[in-house]
Amino acid sequence: MSTQILMPALSPTMEEGKLAKWLVKEGDEVHSGDLLAEIETDKATMEFEAVDEGRIGKLLVAEGTEGVKVNAPIAELITEDGDAKAVAAVRAPEPATAPKHEVTASAPIAKLALIEPQVPDGTEMVTITVREALRDAMAEEMRRDADVFLMGEEVAQYQGAYKISQGLLEEFGPKRVIDTPITEQGFTGIGVGAGFAGLKPIIEFMTWNFAMQAIDQIINSAAKTRYMSGGQMGCPIVFRGPNGPAARVAAQHSQDYSAWYARVPGLKVIAPYFAADAKGLLKAAIRDPNPVIFLENEIVYGKSFPVPKLDDFVLPIGKARVIRTGKDVTLVSYSFGVALILEAAEALAKDGIDAELIDLRTLRPLDIDTVVASVQKTNRLVTVEQDWPICSIGSEVCAQVVEKAFDYLDAPPAKVAGKDVPMPYAHNLEKLALPTVEDVVAAAKAVCYRS
Amino acid sequence: MSDPSVAEGDGVNTMPAPSSATLKKFYHDMLLIRRFEERAGQLYGMGLIGGFCHLYIGQEAVVVGMQNALLPGDQVITAYRDHGHMLASGMDPKGVMAELTGRAAGYSKGKGGSMHMFSAEKHFYGGHGIVGAQVPLGTGIAFANKYRENGAVCLAYMGEGAANQGQVYESFNMAELWGLPVLYIVENNKYAMGTSVERASAQPKFYKRGDSFNVPGEEVDGMNVEAVFEAGRKALEFVRGGGGPMILEMKTYRYRGHSMSDPAKYRTRDEVQSIRDRKDPIDQFGKKLVDRSMASEADLKTIDKEIRLIVNEAAEFAIEAPEPEASELYTDVLA
Repeated sequence: MSTQILMPALSPTMEEGKLAKWLVKEGDEVHSGDLLAEIETDKATMEFEAVDEGRIGKLLVAEGTEGVKVNAPIAELITEDGDAKAVAAVRAPEPATAPKHEVTASAPIAKLALIEPQVPDGTEMVTITVREALRDAMAEEMRRDADVFLMGEEVAQYQGAYKISQGLLEEFGPKRVIDTPITEQGFTGIGVGAGFAGLKPIIEFMTWNFAMQAIDQIINSAAKTRYMSGGQMGCPIVFRGPNGPAARVAAQHSQDYSAWYARVPGLKVIAPYFAADAKGLLKAAIRDPNPVIFLENEIVYGKSFPVPKLDDFVLPIGKARVIRTGKDVTLVSYSFGVALILEAAEALAKDGIDAELIDLRTLRPLDIDTVVASVQKTNRLVTVEQDWPICSIGSEVCAQVVEKAFDYLDAPPAKVAGKDVPMPYAHNLEKLALPTVEDVVAAAKAVCYRS
Repeated sequence: MSDPSVAEGDGVNTMPAPSSATLKKFYHDMLLIRRFEERAGQLYGMGLIGGFCHLYIGQEAVVVGMQNALLPGDQVITAYRDHGHMLASGMDPKGVMAELTGRAAGYSKGKGGSMHMFSAEKHFYGGHGIVGAQVPLGTGIAFANKYRENGAVCLAYMGEGAANQGQVYESFNMAELWGLPVLYIVENNKYAMGTSVERASAQPKFYKRGDSFNVPGEEVDGMNVEAVFEAGRKALEFVRGGGGPMILEMKTYRYRGHSMSDPAKYRTRDEVQSIRDRKDPIDQFGKKLVDRSMASEADLKTIDKEIRLIVNEAAEFAIEAPEPEASELYTDVLA
């Protein structure tokens, strides 16, 4: 009998790939573990191994073919008997990869106010990914200041677990791009100590989940030393890496730490969504004399956005931005939540609700003035975040708006957040645990007393 | 034994050699893990398993040798490359695979996934996603054993990458100080994600890592299931007999990437192939069984067929089983 060999998904976010090279030919006998093909994913070139034993029948996809969809048949495998009935032959399942995170935020961006006041008129915009923006920011600052160095797990030879530090080892060498062992508390403390001594470390956490091993050094050592030393000694350090829910990685690898850090005096906390903000704010963070927590988002790394082509594009820390003006309701978010409010605004517009959108960008210091000014105009507030709902950034924004603009509110502020549970693994439960565009739309309508 | 403080001669050498049925079971258990992991890799490729998925292929002899040396009631804890540990603990392949696909019939009701799976019944304490965190936890389980004087030993597995984490040494110190019945297994597969041992470890002999705390250690050929079993039996007897903690460093190798999305460009294809050809724990052990006339080639083929059937059934079950009820989102947060 024959079964089909299907195009595999070889990363949590892969939907299609290139069949770069066949390593077998028609008629070859293959055993479990034999290499069948080289496949280029969205991140790398991977080898694809045989699971079932048999003889390769027809190769259905020629090598060099791009855009081969996950689960498309790529070859036939002729098996000896029925025993080796491949599960592949059972059915091609629905791909469990990515779609829930694929928010098509590109359409409304064109008419949004994404240009900063500090960008001169007529500046050329180049479209790059958030990943490239972060890399460029580090490279520019490392060229500018010999005291800046990057340290973390797999940042050098591996080029970054999420490929943020691609090319940096080559340009700056192993003195300034340093691979560490898997020892978060140790290398975080070493970074903080180097900062005390005047260097400007960038410490990459493979994800912020792993920074929990090092949170003592971040808070007790980095954040408090300037105060404890009466201003004698500070720590000009940036801690950065992906934060927030990723795809299907469950409770210990899928969490938003924004509120954990945003409540600590002595820290600054940045959580951008757009590539220009990622670049301009990371450059500012590296120059800042204080410890800065820089929260990125894995799902956003591959998204492309326009970035001004300037020699030195630096944005101010602590400024939110109105990314869409509107008159009926203010939607406030940060990081991946910005994708949700962008989509929600489009849906609300169809129902005649004109939403004003605010991307906080910096979580500490919190630019509450921009939010209050907006609420004074719209009289309605919805906060949106992927974090847990208790003691969250949304909680703080709501509280401060109630304190500062109570008389302007026409409805109680609404908070859209993740559910108050650890992140479940199962596909359906994970979807239920995270806020959706529909949740945002429903909350916005509720505060507008529209159903 | 690399450390003279580990006594030999107080009965440890009188243990009977494993029977031919036991040796065949070793072969069966290793092959089950191999075939299970190959199928898991395939289901990941089909989008049926999501997130991170760390395969154990190449390291099967370690867990099979060790788990077969345990006594009933002994506990096990490990990190996120854990599917093999579950199968070797006697957990049902259907329940493990169904957890990988995130279904209600999985060991954690679909809430934990590949890295976070548990079985109270089998004394399997997980499945932990944070590098090194399981080591103090396993030491705590051993603390409870001593507290209750129940005679059980906890096996705490870690990779050689985790063996650089500070909390591992804090654990070694307290385990020795308080004479806790914990056996630390360092699975040295040569690469901590993309970083080779030499690039991350000032002291790459992990069995010596307990020296500062007087925790004895031994290096073991982790590609040889019989060697693992023998070393495991002796070490367990030492620990169970009140000798305090001990470290076994298993020299092993993983064939696949760190996780499914690791292209593993930090080593050559020839390096992997050469280990497979010369040291594969299953092939080498199968040959030994045949050479010793304990099994024929046909017997091994029959075992393989039986296992493929078990694994296919597990996969079918894991694909067909329903997802958890939506109400499960809010259960199990608190007792």
